[in-house]
Amino acid sequence: MTQYGLLIDYDYCDGCHACEVACKVDHGFQEGFDGIQLFQIGPRELSPDHWEYTYIPAPTELCDLCAERVAAGKLPTCVHHCQSLAIEYGTVEELAARVNKPKMVIFSVKDGA
Amino acid sequence: MREINQEVYKDKLWQWQEGEYTVTRTSQWSGPGCHQGCGVLFYTKDGKVEKIEGDPNCPVNNGRLCMRCLDMLEAIYHEDRLTYPMKRAGERGENKWERISWDEALDIIDEQAKRIMGEYGGKAIAAFQGTGRNATWPVSSLGNLAFDTPNTGQGTLSGDCCYGPRLMAMNVVMGTAWIADMGQALEARFDDPRYRIPEYVLIWGCNPLVSNSDGFYGHWIIDVMKRGSKLIVVDPRITWIAAKAELVLRLRPGTDGAVALGIVSQMIENKWYDEEFTDEWVYGLEGLREAAAEYTPERVEEISCVPAWKIVKAAEILGHAKPLAVQWGLPLDQQTHGVSASHAIQAIIALTGNVDIPGSNIFFVDGFIQNDIRMSLLERMDPESQKAKLGCDGEYPLRSMGYAPFAMPEKVLQAIEEGDPYPIKMVWIQSSNPLSNCAADSKRWLKALNSLDFVVVADLYMTPTAVACADLVLPVAMSPERDSMRAWWTPFRAITKVVEPLGEAKCDETIMLEVGRKVAPEKFPWANTEEMRAAFMENLSSVDYEGSFEDLKHDVWYYFPFEYEKYKTGKLRSDGKPGFNTPTGKIELMSTIFQAVGLDAAPYYKEPNESPVSTPELAEKYPFVLTTGQRSYEFFHSEHRNLPTMREYHPWPLCEMNPEDAASLGLEEGDWVYLENETGKIKQKLHIHPGMLKGVVNAEHGWWFPEREAAAPSFFGTFDSQAGCLLRMGDVGPTGWGSSYKCRLCNVSKVED
Ligand code: SF4
Ligand code: SF4
Ligand code: SF4
Repeated sequence: MTQYGLLIDYDYCDGCHACEVACKVDHGFQEGFDGIQLFQIGPRELSPDHWEYTYIPAPTELCDLCAERVAAGKLPTCVHHCQSLAIEYGTVEELAARVNKPKMVIFSVKDGA
Repeated sequence: MREINQEVYKDKLWQWQEGEYTVTRTSQWSGPGCHQGCGVLFYTKDGKVEKIEGDPNCPVNNGRLCMRCLDMLEAIYHEDRLTYPMKRAGERGENKWERISWDEALDIIDEQAKRIMGEYGGKAIAAFQGTGRNATWPVSSLGNLAFDTPNTGQGTLSGDCCYGPRLMAMNVVMGTAWIADMGQALEARFDDPRYRIPEYVLIWGCNPLVSNSDGFYGHWIIDVMKRGSKLIVVDPRITWIAAKAELVLRLRPGTDGAVALGIVSQMIENKWYDEEFTDEWVYGLEGLREAAAEYTPERVEEISCVPAWKIVKAAEILGHAKPLAVQWGLPLDQQTHGVSASHAIQAIIALTGNVDIPGSNIFFVDGFIQNDIRMSLLERMDPESQKAKLGCDGEYPLRSMGYAPFAMPEKVLQAIEEGDPYPIKMVWIQSSNPLSNCAADSKRWLKALNSLDFVVVADLYMTPTAVACADLVLPVAMSPERDSMRAWWTPFRAITKVVEPLGEAKCDETIMLEVGRKVAPEKFPWANTEEMRAAFMENLSSVDYEGSFEDLKHDVWYYFPFEYEKYKTGKLRSDGKPGFNTPTGKIELMSTIFQAVGLDAAPYYKEPNESPVSTPELAEKYPFVLTTGQRSYEFFHSEHRNLPTMREYHPWPLCEMNPEDAASLGLEEGDWVYLENETGKIKQKLHIHPGMLKGVVNAEHGWWFPEREAAAPSFFGTFDSQAGCLLRMGDVGPTGWGSSYKCRLCNVSKVED
């Protein structure tokens, strides 16, 4: 069965929380619940003047890939609003074809209809 | 940018029906919000905003929104919204209020203002506005026209230390304000063949992704990074964007001038500059060379903590970068000699020739809507009344010469406290919460404001400032409840009302008009806001847009025709001659204007008045350099503290320090700490940041706790935690601009209870 998911370009995610809030307000999630959650690595100095400071958002159990929006011809709201344009939506095959550089990750979120 | 489903998003249609919702395409432009006016789609139903979505067709933000606008509904329908006028029922600070009608409110204002104007003149009334959003111009215009006072402006912001100093430095050195070119001047953005991606972006004292300051959408930098731009960052802290940079100059706060002069000197000595450009378009290269010569890389390292080799490296990279775009920030305003540091940074730009070419630093010569409106209104003010503007008595010649649109905050405070040179008896505060935010030495301001006869606060919610000093509180409408228009740079944007204001709230323009018609009807000939707006639209001198407001609403946005290299075509000068809008017609590395008024013609560096170097005894007691004012995604200055979603992500006021510093004090992540200096003492939660320069503490500003007690002495806990308590008034640069908000000293200690 076709898998649908999110492609995250974590080279450019700057941890702005827009994806989390977009998801939360659209789905009406309560405090402490998100469809997508941000994780942080660093900041840490790996070698002099070389810093690792990375954010990666990961879809949670609550992510429904914005089924309602997608049915209406829109993009998932985290994809639409991501300030770094660092999230893409599609089938994992489509997303894999877009992986053309380091620091990208695909989350396979659910089976297609 | 990605492909857009136009069946859903309807190209540029301004309004349509989508199922049960009416969708309106417009911009969201404060309050709440920020300096940006991102393109949005408001989904409304039965007179309520039901959803907000970024407009993917708007070239400004391409559909993106930050968490604040995404959380708009929480802001609009918050139970704490002010929905009717109130007058004070108890003593000031008791937070006891009586609901009144707008007519009663206008009567009270009329009576108090006329009494004060009769007894002391209009100049005894000051009008304080907040930062440059779309809520500011009606405040100063209200002061100027209704109360006949020249004393308008930010009011409590020492040395006008937000953009004012940089604006002044830009006008003096380059003749016109400039901004980094991220393709935002062109409607087709990166698809416009004229545009070039910057080879380098120099980010100086700015965290643009978070701050979106000065009409600059920070994530544009991500857009150009994806297209190949490299970064150089000057910042005491490794921000996320600094971690991406090829070179980071971590400097001690307040030493920007030395770092910039060190770079300038290296560029000149090594001939790493654009000789063709400087030969033709730059004035004072030799003078600059002499002034910068003493700033050898070693000397700069000693002053700033930036390793000497990095100064040389930065000069080499910058000297060869084409195009180079520079995005700079508030630290240049918030150091006493920041104007000179800004002069030196502009010298770097001028030496590289990265001026008004694609992908560099561009000038806008049109689209100053707010200024156009303000100036057209100012014509109705008695020019004699303007002469009494505080700060224009000759002590600071540039202020007296008309470079100051606003009264000088230090002088306003002096007038309130000492009646010198004349008393101030009434203050009008709108779109500003100075006691939690921009006021330095905020408890001193609390006392000063409480000594006044009459204080009006107009705002969205009850703020600490309103509780502490207001005699009258007026409810202000939010952006989606208001028809207005705005540009900062480009494009010209409509702000379209999609729902009626909540309760009896009124928009900023309407408040101005209604107070004006009551107090000085001869100066406000318009029957209603629509009529007034139509008059404004006809008098926009810096805009070539011919349409009415209705047209603009339907056009949603309008891009001014834009040309690069205007200095070659005479488009920067009123006489139409090629060159820059300065006395010499060139970029003035040695400023003839500064020289004419007895200031240093060349950029210079001076230690902050308070620092480990200039006041070593004080530094024993207060060993850390205190820097304040950095933004976070959740809040716009003191706004958004009452929104549960924002507080979920950012519950507490944070201060940051280096792990070694924290360890030396026995502090751990999350400890509550006192920050203390000669001015005050506050409490924040410690965040240990490995990327923070050793010896520096970074404290958040704007804090209050809407969940805490409103009445005195709590005032929503603002004085417990807001960084303004640690700052001081009067530490102003010789131009009359700039103050030390980002470089004071403080001590840090653990809160033991
Ligand atoms: S796809 Fe939709 S549901 Fe899933 S994380 Fe993104 S916004 Fe939330
Ligand atoms: S919206 Fe984009 S940039 Fe912001 S945190 Fe989410 S993924 Fe990162
Ligand atoms: S930057 Fe954020 S707060 Fe400002 S207008 Fe855009 S979305 Fe709104």
